[in-house]
Amino acid sequence: MSEYVFLYRGETDIKTLSPQEAQQSMQKWMAWFKELEKKGKLKSIGQPLERSGKVVGGKKRTVTDGPYAETKDIIGGYSLIEARNLDEAAELAAGCPGIERGGLVEVRPVMPLNM
Amino acid sequence: MEPAEHLFRQEAGRLVAILTRLFGVHNLALAEDVVQDAFCRALETWKFHGVPDNPSAWLMTTAKNRALEILRREGTARKFAPELGRFLESEWTLAPVVEEHFGIAAIQDGQLRMMFSCVRPGIPEETQLALILHLLCGFSVEETAAAFLKNAAAMEKRIGRAKKTLARSRRLFDLTGAEDVAARLPAVLRALYLLFNEGYHGASAESAVRGELCAEARRLVSLLLDNPRTATAAARALAALLCFLAARLPGRLDAAGNLTPLVEQDRSSWDRALIAEGRRQLDLSATGSEVSAYHLEAAIASLHANAATAEDTDWAGIVSLYDTLMKTQPSPVVALNRAVALAQRDGAARGLEAIASIEDRRRLARYPFYFAAMGEFALRLARRDEARQHFQAALTLARSPMEKRFLESRLRDCGPRR
Repeated sequence: MSEYVFLYRGETDIKTLSPQEAQQSMQKWMAWFKELEKKGKLKSIGQPLERSGKVVGGKKRTVTDGPYAETKDIIGGYSLIEARNLDEAAELAAGCPGIERGGLVEVRPVMPLNM
Repeated sequence: MEPAEHLFRQEAGRLVAILTRLFGVHNLALAEDVVQDAFCRALETWKFHGVPDNPSAWLMTTAKNRALEILRREGTARKFAPELGRFLESEWTLAPVVEEHFGIAAIQDGQLRMMFSCVRPGIPEETQLALILHLLCGFSVEETAAAFLKNAAAMEKRIGRAKKTLARSRRLFDLTGAEDVAARLPAVLRALYLLFNEGYHGASAESAVRGELCAEARRLVSLLLDNPRTATAAARALAALLCFLAARLPGRLDAAGNLTPLVEQDRSSWDRALIAEGRRQLDLSATGSEVSAYHLEAAIASLHANAATAEDTDWAGIVSLYDTLMKTQPSPVVALNRAVALAQRDGAARGLEAIASIEDRRRLARYPFYFAAMGEFALRLARRDEARQHFQAALTLARSPMEKRFLESRLRDCGPRR
C-alpha cells in the first residue's frame, strides 16, 4: 500500500447552485468519502481550504493577497488516500463528485522515505 | 448524520426573509448573495467534517456573521432597512439588533413579512406563486420554472420583474404596524391555495415535484397559524382543507403509478394523522360568523375523509355544500364538481343533466375532466359509444402522462367500437 494526496481543484460552478443542488452535491461527496472509507482507502479525509489567502515569496519575503490562480486551478481541499498503486489511486479519484461540476482531482503519490 | 431531505431549500427561504428584513427590501439581491455564500461554505466544510448536530443553527450563524460584517463595513456607505437605520449605525446596538432578527419569533415574523410582500398588488397572481416558491421555499428560478412547467428564460424575466417591483416598495409588509393585515390576508391564502393545487392537480408530470409543492404550501399555511394576527378562521379552514387533501395523496396513484379517481381509491392508504389534524383545524375554524369558501371546501373534504367507502359517503351533504359554494363562489369547475356529487347521489343520468345545465360551460372546453366526467356517466349508463367520444375528447386535452394513461384505461373500459 502506498499513500496518495488527492487535491481537489476547480468545481467552478458551485456559486450558481440552487440550495437543492448544493445539498445534493454535498450528499454525493459524503457518500463518496464513506465509500472510500469502507474500502479502507481513506487514510485521512483531510480538510477543505478557503479559496483565498496570502502568498509569500521573493527575496524580501513579500506578502501579497492570493493565490490569484485561475478559478479552475484553485485547490478547494485535500485528502490522504491509500492505494496499491498510482493506477488504482487514479481510478478511485475518478469517482469524485466534484468532477461532475467542472472540478478535477490531482493525484500525487506521497514520497516515501525508504525507496 | 444525514441532513433532512430539503434542509437547504427551507433554510434558504428562512434566511432570505431574515436578511431582507435586516438589509431592507431594496437590498434583496444582497440578501440572496449572503445566503448563497452560506450554502457554499456549508457544502465545502460539511462534506469533509460531516453535517453538524444542528445544521440550521450552523447556517444561521454563518449568515449572521456575514451580515454583521457587511453592516459594519458598509454601514455608512449603503442604506439598509430604513426602520433600523440608527440601530445599525452604532456598534452598541448593531449586534443586539442583528441577534434579535435571528431569534425564533423574528424568523417567523420575517417569513410572514416576505409572504405578505410577495402578494402585493402590482404583481400578477401567477407570478406571486412563483415568487413565493422562489423566495420563501428556496426554489431556484429553473426549479420554479420546472414546477410550473414554464420556460426557464420566461420565468427568469417574470421573477426578475417581480423582484424589481418588490425592491422598489421601500419596505416589507409590516404585520405589527399600521398596515392592514386583514385586507392582504385573502391574497396570501389564495396564493397558498393555488400553490397547493398546482402540486395536487397541476400539469407537472413528475410526481415528486407535485408532492413538494403541496408540502411547501402546507408549511407556509402553518406559519400563518402560528401568528395570532394571521391565524384567522379562514386560514384555519384552509389548513384543514389542505390536510384532508394531502391525506389522500397516497391514494391518488396506484402501485403502477396510475391516477385513481376518488371513488376508486384504496382508502386504507389515506393518512389518518393528517385527517385527524384536518378535523382539529376545521373545529378551530368554526369561530366567528365567517364562512369562507375554504370552510365549505374543507367541509366537503371532511365528508370524503369520514366515509369508509365511496358508497358510504354523505353525498347529499356534499351536494348541499356545493350548492352553498355555488351561491358564494360560483364557477364552472365548482358546478362540475357539484354535478359529480349529484351523480353519486341520484345516478349518472342526473349527473349528465346537471353538466348540460352548467352556465358558462364553454369555459370548461379545455378542461379534460369536464369530458372525462361526461364519459364516466355515459359509461355507467352503458352508452358506450357516447362515453368513448367523451374520453377521446378528454384524451386530446390531457396535460400529463398520468392523465393520459388514466383516460386510455377508461377508453379500454368502453370496449371495442361497434
